[in-house]
Amino acid sequence: MSQAFSHVTFKNQLKKYYSAYTGGFIAFLLILAAAEQMGLTRKYIGYAFLIATIGLYAMIGVMSRTVEVAEYYVAGRRVPAFFNGMATGADWMSAASFIGMAGTLYLAGFDGLAFVMGWTGGYVLVALFLAPYLRKFGHFTIPYFLGERYGGNIIRSIGIFAAILCSFVYVVAQIYGVGIITSRFTGLEFHVGVFVGLGGILVCSFLGGMRAVTWTQVAQYVILIIAYLTPVVWLGVKHTGIPVPQFAYGATLQKVTELEKKLTADPKELEVRKIFKDKADAANAALKDPSKAYAQNKATIEKKVADLKASNAPADQVAAAEKALATYPKDVDAAKAQWNKDKGLAARAAPPIHHADPFPGKDETARDLARRNFLGIVFCMMFGTAALPHILMRYYTTPNVKEARQSVFWSLFFIFLLYFTAPCLAVLAKFEVYSNLVGSAFAQLPAWAAAWRVVDPTLLNISDINGDGIVQLAEIVLGGDIIVLATPEIAGLPYVVSGLVAAGGLAAALSTADGLLLTIANALSHDLYYKMIDPHASTARRVSVSKALLLVVALIAAYTASLKPGNILFLVGAAFSLAASSFFPVLVLGVFWKRANKWGAIAGMSAGLGVCFYYMTVTYPFLRDMFGVTKPIAEYMWFGMNPISAGVFGLPIGMLTTIIVSMLTPEPSKEVQDLVEHVRYPHLRGDISTEAA
Amino acid sequence: MELTAKHQEYWRRNLVVTAILLLIWFIATFVEGWYAKDLNSISFLGFPLGFYMSAQGSLIIYVAIIWYYAHYMNKLDVEYNVQEEELQ
Repeated sequence: MSQAFSHVTFKNQLKKYYSAYTGGFIAFLLILAAAEQMGLTRKYIGYAFLIATIGLYAMIGVMSRTVEVAEYYVAGRRVPAFFNGMATGADWMSAASFIGMAGTLYLAGFDGLAFVMGWTGGYVLVALFLAPYLRKFGHFTIPYFLGERYGGNIIRSIGIFAAILCSFVYVVAQIYGVGIITSRFTGLEFHVGVFVGLGGILVCSFLGGMRAVTWTQVAQYVILIIAYLTPVVWLGVKHTGIPVPQFAYGATLQKVTELEKKLTADPKELEVRKIFKDKADAANAALKDPSKAYAQNKATIEKKVADLKASNAPADQVAAAEKALATYPKDVDAAKAQWNKDKGLAARAAPPIHHADPFPGKDETARDLARRNFLGIVFCMMFGTAALPHILMRYYTTPNVKEARQSVFWSLFFIFLLYFTAPCLAVLAKFEVYSNLVGSAFAQLPAWAAAWRVVDPTLLNISDINGDGIVQLAEIVLGGDIIVLATPEIAGLPYVVSGLVAAGGLAAALSTADGLLLTIANALSHDLYYKMIDPHASTARRVSVSKALLLVVALIAAYTASLKPGNILFLVGAAFSLAASSFFPVLVLGVFWKRANKWGAIAGMSAGLGVCFYYMTVTYPFLRDMFGVTKPIAEYMWFGMNPISAGVFGLPIGMLTTIIVSMLTPEPSKEVQDLVEHVRYPHLRGDISTEAA
Repeated sequence: MELTAKHQEYWRRNLVVTAILLLIWFIATFVEGWYAKDLNSISFLGFPLGFYMSAQGSLIIYVAIIWYYAHYMNKLDVEYNVQEEELQ
């Protein structure tokens, strides 16, 4: 940082640059909209967005390139609160928040709100327990704080391991999201999409580390929030008549509730649901004795063909019966597979959920279990938020403690803008589906439904189950992601807005991936390489090692993503539970309890991680298979909590273990206790300094 | 360095405000969540209250808590003379 550097001038410059940038981006949208009117095709609009936005991020990356340590690790510690808030917002909101959240709320109703509450309320914990103190400590990484506070390489290593574990799982999900978005809107192949996105991530973080990532994230936030709000505001004006539907969708929610009641009792709906129920029941019955059922069903169909032929039935009836025979599973195993699939149809035989109704269940026990799991998810998402290293790291970049506190406020404010819009969007979309799509004739579907049904049947699948030519709610299968992706079309906006939404989703995924990759690379280069392997490494060497590692980690993550691992959503949730169980107790006790010592922290982190991981292993099907757990899940369940909420057990156990083991071992040294006092006060006259140059 | 009584008091006041805000956070999150079904029988701005709180109300409270904490602590710093130098 040069002597002549002035924070005030810098802030004013930033305001000027980003206002101009926002104006420029809106102008770009208007030009594209005009071009669309003049006949620019959808494919080229998709390319225009992809090239313009990734090009822009690359430009910021090149302009902010650096080899200085403090610039590379913490953006020179001069990011004003307001801008750090935007950067944190983009860092925080991932592809899952941007594209998936509204869809989850649409499908799960009230119970989906656990994520909305968890992913915002966690910032209260960041503000009260972590951000100001970490900023005062003022170093580069979270494992480093643990190493200094508790002393020694054991706790540092556990910190590195936990940071990488949480971040890697998460970054794979982001890169996967990038691949999906790029391939959907440009027609490139998924694998190509993954690597195009990877290029976009790397130009930033590779060249300029935290500095480049910060300024790109601010730019990405602007794009993603414009992209999210534009179609919702438009749709809101259509339904509620005012441009802030977030405050006025109560009336729409009431209409949705009315429609739910109507659709639950509607005779045509009942008819479709009965068809599904019969199919599922038949499959269940057949699965009891598969070979017998296989032979019986086959005989029935064969007899029908023979009968029809014998009685000289019309040719089309005979043909239909022969077709049924030809498509009949060719052996018992194939039939079993079909029946297992049919069994799942039972879900579609259920009446629509009540959107505003919390904790549905058939009896008091089931409702109580739903409530417990709702609060369990809220708990884990909140404490996970307050423990994920890539978020905490952002508060190292503000100029001082005061700005760090304000910065948490701006972070949550910018995140809040999206999260308090998502429940509104879910209700507006539901109203559209229940009132316009349901009841329309198959020949005259609303334009958006007709289009998406063809584009991607996994997102929208409607089939005329009862053959009446009219769409019933039970005949629609809807993938959550369609809510955000199709909103522009539902609202009747031009295709440019769809392109904008894709660009927003891309911005959300890229910005989060950038922050995560940097966290992993920094933990490896700063904490493992510099602090443990080669403490004499020159600053230039440390930065180059970090850059090299970044490249390697990015490639491994992209490779993992290109394998399309299933369980990705679970894994993201798991990252929160793991972070909450491992980091939260030792970070908070490290500041608020002087007596917490090295052995307490080592035992506490290991116990928290261990319990959390153990619970997931014995209750989550994918991990059970991996580790060969065979006893029924129910025997392992504690209080009926789902595996995603394993942090409910990991965190308290980690906390207790830290406290008990600390009490049993000698108190930390005077230096360490002084360090704790040091981080508690923004500025003590005549105090030590822990800030890294 | 040795902390003065005034410094100790600053930390105590920090702990008090932290505890109060944490209590509000706890009520807005877990108490509200626990009773969401019962709250739904009350209507607020056309919403069932339980739904409204989880979708928006609690979020607004979180934003307010963090704003208040930053505001309060930044003032407390000055009062106890532990504030940082003004940014130039």
